[in-house]
Amino acid sequence: MANFTPISAAIGGALIGLSAVLLMLLNGRIAGITGVFAGLIDPISTDRAWRATFVAGLIAAPLSAVLLGYTIPIPHLPTSFITIATAGLLVGFGTRLSNGCTSGHGICGVARLSPRSITATAIFMAAAIAVVAVTRHVIGG
Amino acid sequence: MRAVASLVCGFIFGWGLFISGMILPEKVLGFLDIFAIPAGNWDPSLAVVMAAALAVTGAGYALARRRAPVFETRNQWPTQTAIDRPLVVGAVLFGIGWGLVGLCPGPAIVNLASLSPGIIVFVVAMAVGTIAHDHWYARSVAPDARTLATAGVADG
Repeated sequence: MANFTPISAAIGGALIGLSAVLLMLLNGRIAGITGVFAGLIDPISTDRAWRATFVAGLIAAPLSAVLLGYTIPIPHLPTSFITIATAGLLVGFGTRLSNGCTSGHGICGVARLSPRSITATAIFMAAAIAVVAVTRHVIGG
Repeated sequence: MRAVASLVCGFIFGWGLFISGMILPEKVLGFLDIFAIPAGNWDPSLAVVMAAALAVTGAGYALARRRAPVFETRNQWPTQTAIDRPLVVGAVLFGIGWGLVGLCPGPAIVNLASLSPGIIVFVVAMAVGTIAHDHWYARSVAPDARTLATAGVADG
């Protein structure tokens, strides 16, 4: 488990939880990135301002980290843009269809002990684990 | 003030993803790769992130349930409870996409700061998938409910 980083994971997770709690205490909203993103880009949306600033805050985080001496990592992604675009389409359509992702279902929903969110989280985790097993160990990518 | 509050919340959320390493696809995939468990190089960090986030959120939501929000008249708790076909199919599709590259919506957006071409492709595709869903939904599922897709009942 050489890659395991429990301390930064616990601090980061606590910050994500703090954000979710603050958004409910202040604005009465669930901190679900799927809903925030969709409500920002969807042409029929009517309540964009708070979603736009939430997304701006997300992107500002690593930029502000640069001021503290961190570097913004370049994510390791598949070389094929077709694979990346396919994954993006599946993530965009799938999270919208199930009404939530790792944040809305995985954190906010599970924290509410919502059977619906617990089910969604178990399913997307299992599907992702299956895909990684196939791409890394069956196809051998 | 609502917009300022959510700017701060987005900033904290982004720092959480950044500090925890969850914006790194290789770290997420290192968790999702269960064959790494017997090999001895599994990375359980994502589980720790989830556990810490759930502990804080669970405690904070208990407080939030007892009071109205500061900048709104009421809390918009999700109202859907059905475990239906869209929930299951959507979660399967999302999980496949997540497993293919190791990106879910939050980290994908935070990674826009890198201006990496692959990230931009992913986020544009994610936007296309989102809008495609909403168009399909508005036309075929609920033609009379044009606002439902962005209503406060959404889980997330």
